[in-house]
Amino acid sequence: MRRIGQYILFLGALFRNPESFRTYVKLIFDECIYIGWNSVILVTIISVFIGAVTTVQTAYNIVSPFIPKSVIGLIVRETTISELAPTITAIVFAGKVGSSIAGNLGTMRITEQIDALEVMGINSVSYLVLPKIVATIIVYPMLVVLAAFLGISGGYIASQLTDVVPPPEYIIGLTTQFNPFIVTFALIKSLVFAFTVSSISAFMGYYTKGGALEVGQASTKAVTVSCIAILLGDFLLAQLFLN
Amino acid sequence: MIEISNICKSFDGKTVINNISSKFEPGKTNLIIGASGSGKSVLIKNIVGLFRPDSGDISYNGRDFINADNDTKTEIRREIGMLFQGGALFDSMNVEQNVRFPLDVLTKMPEDEKMDRVNFCLKRVKLENTNKRMPSEISGGMQKRVGIARAIVNNSKYLFCDEPNSGLDPQTSIQIDRLLQEITDESQITTIIVTHDMNSVMEIGEYVMFICNSYKLWEGNNQDIIHSGVQELDDFVFANNMMRRFRELS
Repeated sequence: MRRIGQYILFLGALFRNPESFRTYVKLIFDECIYIGWNSVILVTIISVFIGAVTTVQTAYNIVSPFIPKSVIGLIVRETTISELAPTITAIVFAGKVGSSIAGNLGTMRITEQIDALEVMGINSVSYLVLPKIVATIIVYPMLVVLAAFLGISGGYIASQLTDVVPPPEYIIGLTTQFNPFIVTFALIKSLVFAFTVSSISAFMGYYTKGGALEVGQASTKAVTVSCIAILLGDFLLAQLFLN
Repeated sequence: MIEISNICKSFDGKTVINNISSKFEPGKTNLIIGASGSGKSVLIKNIVGLFRPDSGDISYNGRDFINADNDTKTEIRREIGMLFQGGALFDSMNVEQNVRFPLDVLTKMPEDEKMDRVNFCLKRVKLENTNKRMPSEISGGMQKRVGIARAIVNNSKYLFCDEPNSGLDPQTSIQIDRLLQEITDESQITTIIVTHDMNSVMEIGEYVMFICNSYKLWEGNNQDIIHSGVQELDDFVFANNMMRRFRELS
């Protein structure tokens, strides 16, 4: 409970005594490039393969001759957009970006760089953490859109390379019974997950005490707690928006 | 002037600072000395506001620091420069960016003025032509000097140094000590240095406060320290053979 209280106070400190807008614009821009660009390749590889595997496994599980093959395209579309793109990418994102944020802030803490900012009269939480959270909230939905597109494309590539579903039927499935709300739902999830991963990782890193060992532990803890929070958030959002 | 009165600080029930009071005057190098773990770094962190004392008062030129509102605290903090034990340079920035950082964030100074000020400060600490080097590419002594340049770049009125000589060879240590004394003298700033280096005490100790087991046991200057008559201070000052021989000769 004490940690949760500390986390809420930490979030409150993000907006206390902020620096000039100009300062944040530059920092947010730098973080967007760092967080976004460094994640693109990993997200690309994972999304393409997840889409392809989902296609093959769905085809494997549809054994009834009464179910048209085009259903595979529909299932891949629905699962990729509503679940795989926002959630699986968030877990990968927690591993890559979350651990990096925690490690970065943890190192700054143990080498007194955060103290140096505080002594200068700069709100270190606001200066260091707010740009990371804002940048993640900007960049992560873009990555989710990319992941969804690549996941569906991965399914199409699988349909081309294997005989599990003919490509024209896959396309028919993709365009059948499309409910645009799943895109909105995926974007809402992406915003929540972006905030969750960045704020939890920053919190874990910011309060690191000790030395190099503790920085490593903070990174590990950031990933673990972020993943649990993502899964919990996923369930709550599904309950809230889909029921 | 910085005044502290009756400062107490505990961590998990263990008292680290016990009822310490003192005045640190401008234009003087004020030294806080004591053995490792005696509480001197905790005291300096209380004074700059990194820790909040359990009780006691701290004032900067008569302005209450502990109970001040956020704006006043920020105003006072922006007059403070601090050199940390490990330098605390931002490792993602080069030397020039580190030194100009306070100007970038805290002032609206024009670009050319900023560069002039940065180059002046780097020259002052004898680090010309190192602007583009990263902290990892320079020695420990140079990192400390960059830290000093960053601490003074914003025309700080108060300069705090936490063990500026730790990890440095004796010659570099003396250079750092003299640099700190010159800067203090030139700008008439209030400088507080935490150290356990006896060379620094003898070289620049215009005011020396000795802390032992969380208490202030003695205060004076580097001339008086060898005749303090305080057993704990004698044990600290004359811990090595060279200092003992020095005492016998004097």
